[in-house]
Amino acid sequence: MSNATVTLDIRRLVGRFSLRAASHAGRLSYLIFEMVRGLSEWRVWLPRTFEQAQNIGYGSLFIVALTAGFAGAVTSLQAGYQFTGGIPAYFYGGVIVESIILELAPVLTAMVLAGRIGARFAAELGSMRVTEQVDALESLGRSSVSHLVLPRVIAGTLMLPILVVFADVVGIASGWFAAKGALEMTNADFVYGAQYFFRPWDLWYSMIKALCFGLAITVVPCYMGFSTKQGAEGVGRSTTTAVVSASVLILFLDATLAKLLLTRS
Amino acid sequence: MIELRNVSKRFADLVVLDGVDFSVRKGETVALLGPSGVGKSVLLKHINGLIHPDKGEVWVDGQNLTRLKRKELARLRSRIGYVFQYGALFDSMTVEDNIKLGITDEASAADETYSRKRALQCLELVNLDPVVAEKYPAELSGGMKKRVGIARAIAGQPTYLLWDEPTSGLDPVNADIIDSLVEKLDDELGVTSVVVTHDVRGAFRVADRIAMLMDGRIRAMGSPAELRASTDAAVQEFLERDLTIPVHH
Ligand SMILES: Nc1ncnc2c1ncn2[C@@H]1O[C@H](COP(=O)(O)OP(=O)(O)OP(=O)(O)O)[C@@H](O)[C@H]1O
Ligand SMILES: [Mg+2]
Repeated sequence: MSNATVTLDIRRLVGRFSLRAASHAGRLSYLIFEMVRGLSEWRVWLPRTFEQAQNIGYGSLFIVALTAGFAGAVTSLQAGYQFTGGIPAYFYGGVIVESIILELAPVLTAMVLAGRIGARFAAELGSMRVTEQVDALESLGRSSVSHLVLPRVIAGTLMLPILVVFADVVGIASGWFAAKGALEMTNADFVYGAQYFFRPWDLWYSMIKALCFGLAITVVPCYMGFSTKQGAEGVGRSTTTAVVSASVLILFLDATLAKLLLTRS
Repeated sequence: MIELRNVSKRFADLVVLDGVDFSVRKGETVALLGPSGVGKSVLLKHINGLIHPDKGEVWVDGQNLTRLKRKELARLRSRIGYVFQYGALFDSMTVEDNIKLGITDEASAADETYSRKRALQCLELVNLDPVVAEKYPAELSGGMKKRVGIARAIAGQPTYLLWDEPTSGLDPVNADIIDSLVEKLDDELGVTSVVVTHDVRGAFRVADRIAMLMDGRIRAMGSPAELRASTDAAVQEFLERDLTIPVHH
């Protein structure tokens, strides 16, 4: 292959990619616009939101606890391994609590839920799309956004902060136990360290992150599900794309929010 | 009144509709015939705005569908019942809840006793046993799903009904019942209907006029007698197949 054809190929690839990205961005913005407009139909989405919220909440407790529990314990053990000698014991308390609240609980919970509810939303809406159920809803003069998308997005976005608080509690508790066992620290040390480094803003930051992640792992999969084409294979493709893009978006938002909200001037 | 003016629609390189002119008068039943894959379902979906034309205009009830705002379109759609070719039932809901979603008037839908009664009544109209109400779509046969789809479409007492092959996949007895239902809604309630069908004999029975879609255009349209007298060879070939079978009454 000559140099010229290679450049041409790359140019065409980049062109096609940007076109696709632009059309996704356009249709995603349109969906968000429709969602805002649909908010007035609360009679439709409110009851369905409760159903979804219950499902997301109870259904996720176990996996969230498991993830947070292990994350807390491992943070604790690794802190003990890395900081050797000369470091006061209360220090560990601060490190464990802060890493859990600021980073581990929100990010890990969101990642786990991206797989759990993100995949589910994309598959549900995707199969409804390919079997014309979405069209059927529209044909009855009902808004598919208010019936299907809003309940999922609102429930997911509100449940995530709650689950993150739950993860905070479980993660800190398990970190504490692990620290007591492995690092020979007293409860007083842990509590003192935790309080010493803690700022109320940290909790707010964690909640803001949780809300943003909640939006990411619900809006993106719902969008992917809605734009599904071509039968069972299309549903599979949407589901995969939904989970991958939601996960990438979580990481991106994580970095962006840290830069925006935590940089001290 | 339903009117398509010079409607064209293509999917990527495939031209499906190429300047379709088609109109249905108030209270009329028009059967839409045509070979498989010619675009009958696509045409039908233009009438309730599920598909937008690339070119041309769609008018229903004096409103230009292509220009309607979302709310107005929703209001218009709540008066247009659509029977999907493959049922399109909400598969995570029971049959009863499916039909209840078809009750588009908010006040009636909120009335528990009315909506339950209406759901059972619609089941009866399509010749389904009331026990079916508690079942989920996955537990039904193809023909039963089809009839639940019909029940859902008529539950809101629409003034327009768009039927996408209502009798395909049904046994002759049930096909007859559905044909009678089409006739009854037309005669007694003045519903304006478009019936897409492969069943030429059924079409001749229920329709006031018949339209033939071929090569992206309405090839012929007229009363059953006019169509039978058509000199167009393609139309004749399409009709003859079924009509030459002797009909016993
Ligand atoms: N959403 C779509 N995207 C791309 N092509 C489509 C789409 N919908 C329909 N088509 C194409 O348009 C053509 C007409 O389809 P349509 O479903 O209207 O046929 P039909 O006349 O209803 O056939 P049948 O009698 O078999 O149901 C087909 O070639 C189909 O492949
Ligand atoms: Mg069809």
